[in-house]
Amino acid sequence: MKALSITNLKKEYAGGLQALKGIDLEVQKGDFFALLGPNGAGKSTTIGIISSLVTKTSGQVKILDIDIDEDHSLAKKKLGVVGQEVNFNQFEKVGDIIRNQAGYYGLSFKEARENTKYYMRKLDIWDKRNEQARKLSGGMKRRVMVAKALVNNPELLILDEPTAGVDIELRRSLWDFLTEINENGTTIILTTHYLEEAERLCRNIAIIDSGEIVENTSMQELLTRLEVETFLFDLAEPLNKIPDNLDFQVELESPHKLKVTIDKEKGLNTVFKGLSDSGIEISSMRNETGRLEELFLGLVESNLTSESS
Amino acid sequence: MTFLEQYRALLTILYKEIHRFMRIWTQTLIPPAVMIMLYFVIFGTLIGKRIGQMGGFDYMQFMIPGLIMMSVISNSYSNVVSSFFGQKFARSIEELLITPLPHYLILLGWILGGVARGLMVGAIVTFVSLWFYDLTVDNWSLSIFVVVSTSILFSLGGFLNALFAESFDDISIVPTFIMQPLIYLGGVFYSIQLLPAFWQTISLANPILYMINAFRYSILGSSDLEALGFSINYAIFMIIGFIILLSSLCLWFLHKGRGIRS
Repeated sequence: MKALSITNLKKEYAGGLQALKGIDLEVQKGDFFALLGPNGAGKSTTIGIISSLVTKTSGQVKILDIDIDEDHSLAKKKLGVVGQEVNFNQFEKVGDIIRNQAGYYGLSFKEARENTKYYMRKLDIWDKRNEQARKLSGGMKRRVMVAKALVNNPELLILDEPTAGVDIELRRSLWDFLTEINENGTTIILTTHYLEEAERLCRNIAIIDSGEIVENTSMQELLTRLEVETFLFDLAEPLNKIPDNLDFQVELESPHKLKVTIDKEKGLNTVFKGLSDSGIEISSMRNETGRLEELFLGLVESNLTSESS
Repeated sequence: MTFLEQYRALLTILYKEIHRFMRIWTQTLIPPAVMIMLYFVIFGTLIGKRIGQMGGFDYMQFMIPGLIMMSVISNSYSNVVSSFFGQKFARSIEELLITPLPHYLILLGWILGGVARGLMVGAIVTFVSLWFYDLTVDNWSLSIFVVVSTSILFSLGGFLNALFAESFDDISIVPTFIMQPLIYLGGVFYSIQLLPAFWQTISLANPILYMINAFRYSILGSSDLEALGFSINYAIFMIIGFIILLSSLCLWFLHKGRGIRS
């Protein structure tokens, strides 16, 4: 069963801007799916159409096989959305915001109260229930938005950059929480600018650019396409010149830092041996960027090149 | 959504709306009471004594139904326009748009919220007026019908204004430049029989005149309408007609996503 099915979806804004140029997308039930793309690519427009905040120009959207044009009410019952920006009345109490959201879905007062309590506890905001939302930190407001999106127990949860601007501690706790609810059966679609987040959480991925899907595959398949990897080596002693005998690509970022780019097939042993033979002592090493980030940039750049040519 | 789910959702919107204006009661409930009290003191007690009779009643007695209606009209309108536009502005309207709520339920929730505030302020003003005049009601059922239907009508007007408004200026233009003049020229403070024939004819184009006079008729048992040859049923049909027209427009624009969807 498909949690989301999008067919030839188009959106043209007044003024002629074509935000979506006829995209097709399928997300299987139970998936943790990443929808990535640069700013203005069409991610938020797509989410806006699914959640009825944006009217589509043409095309079809089905949520759990229910066409949103045919049974709008039933389709929406199965959906939870965490928007990109805070979209609740910040003068209300946190508990009221979440309980009211349950009420809009027609949940009984008892159910609404229980779900509110459950998700507020899960997201560590229960002790804030009587506080005005405007007094919360940005990270706390994000948690409120997640609790609000989940309070009707949706089968499909869409998160539009849920960890933008939040600290790493909250980001990681949110990752754990999202993993847990996904394991319990909730399909999740995530858009994010933190590619490390998508790489870590998602099983399948689509990349959208200039209103078109430029890639739609499994995360594993995408990552196997990566031919080179870049590592940063911190040096124990300062280095002024790169030795000539190294047979891999090396840049001296600073006297204490080397940037090494190697073919995946070569492996790291060659690098360690080469550096060791040249008398270079390494104190630590790390990936320069996430693997997905390199692929993402490659895909978006190649799409840009093909568009301009 | 089932009927029960819709009922619960409607109660949630209504609860939220009532809770909103009750939370800021010093801005929503007290100022109309203070303003009306000043009207009673200045126009009723001080100037009213010099005026004597108006439309066959003491001036204070004549003025009370108009002032009650004025409060109901302006508060019903301002409650809906400020609340709905506020939600649009803060994007919290998205909370509702992503839910399975049908459009008519969103509209109904806000209208009931506007009616709740309009009636609450109307009740406060009536209570204040009892300090100044021993008021009796000629026709309770008609008076309740007129005040509730007028409140619905102006709540719908506020909703329509909020849908089209793009800035806070836009939500004050209609009340300031259209509603207030129509209310003040609708016979709150004077009988239109005092006007020359030409201005009487012009006044008859003001829909608020019919609402104020229908309410005055229900309280006092007499109004300008009959004196000018209009049945009270004419006013009632007019109110109902406007309600049907405005609710259809609101639903149409909601369906089209005017002002709320990209």
